Amino acid sequence: MPLTPKTTTPKISVRNLNFYYGEFHALKNISLDVPEHRVTAFIGPSGCGKSTLLRTFNRMYDLYPKQRAEGSIEMDGENLLTTKQDISLLRSKIGMVFQKPTPFPMSIYDNIAFGVRLFEKLNRAEMEERVEWALHKAALWDEVKDKLDQSGLSLSGGQQQRLCIARGVAVKPEVLLLDEPTSALDPISTAKIEELVAELKSDYTIVIVTHNMQQAARVSDYTAFMYLGELMEFGDTDTIFTNPAQKHTEDYITGRYG
Amino acid sequence: MSVNTHELVERQAQAASDRATSWRNTVMDGLFRNLTRLFALLVLCLLAAIFVSLVIGGWTAIEKFGPRFLVTEEWNPVTEDFGALVPIYGTLVTSLIALLIALPVSFGIALFLTELAPTWLRRPLGMAIELLAAIPSIIYGMWGLFVFAPVFQRYAEPAIKATLGNLPGVGALFSGPPMGIGMLTAGIILGIMVIPFIAAVMRDVFELAPPMLKESAHALGATTWEVVWKVVLPYTKIGVVGGVMLGLGRALGETMAVTFVIGNAHELSLSLLAPGNSIASALANEFTEAVGDIYASALIELGLILFLITSIVLALSKLLLARLAKREGTQT
Amino acid sequence: MSYAKTAENPIYRRRRRTNVLMLSLSSGTVVFGLFWLAWILIVLLMEGTDSLRPALFSESTPPPGAAGGLANAIVGSLLMVGFGTLIGTPVGIFAGTYLAEYGKTSVLARATRFINDVLLSAPSIVIGLFIYAVYVAKVKHFSGWAGSLALAIIVVPVVVRTTDDMLRLVPNSLREAAVALGCPQWKMITAICYRAARAGIGTGVLLAIARISGETAPLLFTALNNQFFSTDMNQPMANLPVVIFQFAMSPYDEWHRLAWGGAALITLSVLGLNILARTLLARKT
Repeated sequence: MPLTPKTTTPKISVRNLNFYYGEFHALKNISLDVPEHRVTAFIGPSGCGKSTLLRTFNRMYDLYPKQRAEGSIEMDGENLLTTKQDISLLRSKIGMVFQKPTPFPMSIYDNIAFGVRLFEKLNRAEMEERVEWALHKAALWDEVKDKLDQSGLSLSGGQQQRLCIARGVAVKPEVLLLDEPTSALDPISTAKIEELVAELKSDYTIVIVTHNMQQAARVSDYTAFMYLGELMEFGDTDTIFTNPAQKHTEDYITGRYG
Repeated sequence: MSVNTHELVERQAQAASDRATSWRNTVMDGLFRNLTRLFALLVLCLLAAIFVSLVIGGWTAIEKFGPRFLVTEEWNPVTEDFGALVPIYGTLVTSLIALLIALPVSFGIALFLTELAPTWLRRPLGMAIELLAAIPSIIYGMWGLFVFAPVFQRYAEPAIKATLGNLPGVGALFSGPPMGIGMLTAGIILGIMVIPFIAAVMRDVFELAPPMLKESAHALGATTWEVVWKVVLPYTKIGVVGGVMLGLGRALGETMAVTFVIGNAHELSLSLLAPGNSIASALANEFTEAVGDIYASALIELGLILFLITSIVLALSKLLLARLAKREGTQT
Repeated sequence: MSYAKTAENPIYRRRRRTNVLMLSLSSGTVVFGLFWLAWILIVLLMEGTDSLRPALFSESTPPPGAAGGLANAIVGSLLMVGFGTLIGTPVGIFAGTYLAEYGKTSVLARATRFINDVLLSAPSIVIGLFIYAVYVAKVKHFSGWAGSLALAIIVVPVVVRTTDDMLRLVPNSLREAAVALGCPQWKMITAICYRAARAGIGTGVLLAIARISGETAPLLFTALNNQFFSTDMNQPMANLPVVIFQFAMSPYDEWHRLAWGGAALITLSVLGLNILARTLLARKT
């Protein structure tokens, strides 16, 4: 039985998903629905498969020949795991932000325009408008508006990470995948990113992987707890944190292991 | 005589031998350390020694011709009037042709080895490409003269003349009779020879690009080509330039392959199809037959010029590669 | 203009075409590189096997028009490569040891590494000129020793580099374990570190031997050539590369054939050494 939160429309439906790194069976028969316009958090101890699960949504694993997925992941009724699926198009609809900021070695402006140019032909004014819009969305505009032509690498770590969010937002995706986006950031930058996540969820379906349980509790509407490649429990964040159905989940969130 | 005295004597002997061992170790440590340092200093001084010996050897010519040597076309052993313009020109032109060929090819090979080739194929394929660098240059020369040049003369040069040769402006570069040997042939063979050097550096620096950076470009929907061209290449450009400089340094100093196919003509001609000369091939051909102090000295001065140019190019290459390595070191 | 994110998006279609084109070109460049390797090897095998007869190894280089072999050149090459390696290797190992074990990141060590890297790619013909200027011109005759010295100078930077690299790969815990037993530093380096880095340093020496076996340019002004069989290192000495050069440039057919035989012999040994060295290293790492 897939675990589906009631009263929401699913954006992504995962069914019987198995994932292998070579011989290693990393995800075991996962089924869950990611609700639209909500924040879903994947938590669990390191090595539990939460990042692996996230990376199946935009088929990032395709870059590595020994990794493969079986089962189905449907977005808007289309199975993403078939060979027919065009991966570049898929990824243009599903943005991703990584553990560490990854600004491209180019100007702040070009960092954001990079993704836009892949699918759209905008004139100078339209592009400037889009860049400003994306930077506003990522709450970075006021800090960088006077230095758009400077290298993205000249920003602080927290700013770089927001630049990466702006870059992801600029291509107007439907889903945003955040893979431990604050693990390399200081507490203040982390707080800013968390605020941002709360604002962005009205426009995007957000999935966040985090090893920080407080963060999951603060930013997410739904939480999935994973353990050793299996989905142990999935539901309302409040329920998971206050009244978990499983002993494993309770042990983890009360800090008995991690 | 008690047992105690016996023990005492033994203990003293032991202590003395301990002291001897410790003293011997201190001496050996000092000796070994200084011996290795001596050899390191020897290596350090080698470059300067080569430079000084060439300056001394070429002094007669340096004194006689002065800076005019660099821009004089004349090379006349009979009147003992020498200028380096033709070999310098030939060296630069052939190396430039080599880079024009090797640069895109090496980039393609590095791209294939880092992004496209299946993992099991990467090592054998990389090794095969590196074997191109292991083939002795004299073999390239022989093959170039006896096998490549005739084919090139028969098929490629007429085609080049019929196409590029008719273009306004650049046409002059491809004029004259197709002879098979000449600066273009030398440049092409040099290009093949430096491909493995440039490709190896490019492959190594491409592998320095963080996987997460490449993944984030893929995550926006970029194709493999776009990831390499727009993200990996800008990220590693210092190292790529370093690799190109290394290849250039190799091409400038390459002797035997060029000597076989450049034609060894002391003439300045615009056409790349015409025979020319390079510094290294002039040395190889003429040095043992050079009679007279001025002739030999002029050749040594040529060697000095070659040594200076290549050392500067190679030093720049090392500096650029070190900068990339340092940046990597501070980031991770 | 804004387009939908579908397969019909014209920008995306163009990008996809560029991608396919560029990746095909990239595969093409590999074929391009291998094509020359194959062409050269096939030519060598076809032209060379013909000449690889016993006489090649038993008879000396003939005068024009006569039959003969390359025995004097082969022996000369072996002698000079042998002595070049014997002189260059210890120098390289000691200097490399200083860099890795004592100098580390000091100014002296960094400067030496830098100079060494420049020497590593310095034109070999200039090395020949150098030995000519400091040795041949002083004793006033070409000799096998001069050739060996020139080759030794080419060996040194290769061995310095690999010794330095390989010793730095030896884990510090191994050094600490040795020192903790009361082992003095020189003994730790010679008995422990050299042993641990043995395969890597050996590979470096093999690659250096491979490199100097084919070197022609530095021998032109040092060993010169000798048409007779000679093992006197104080006399001009025949050697494969210079004989190949001379014979290939000559107008005589028989000399051409011998040159091809020598070329095949040299290339096969050099490539063999290279493959041996690389597989040894690959197995080790």
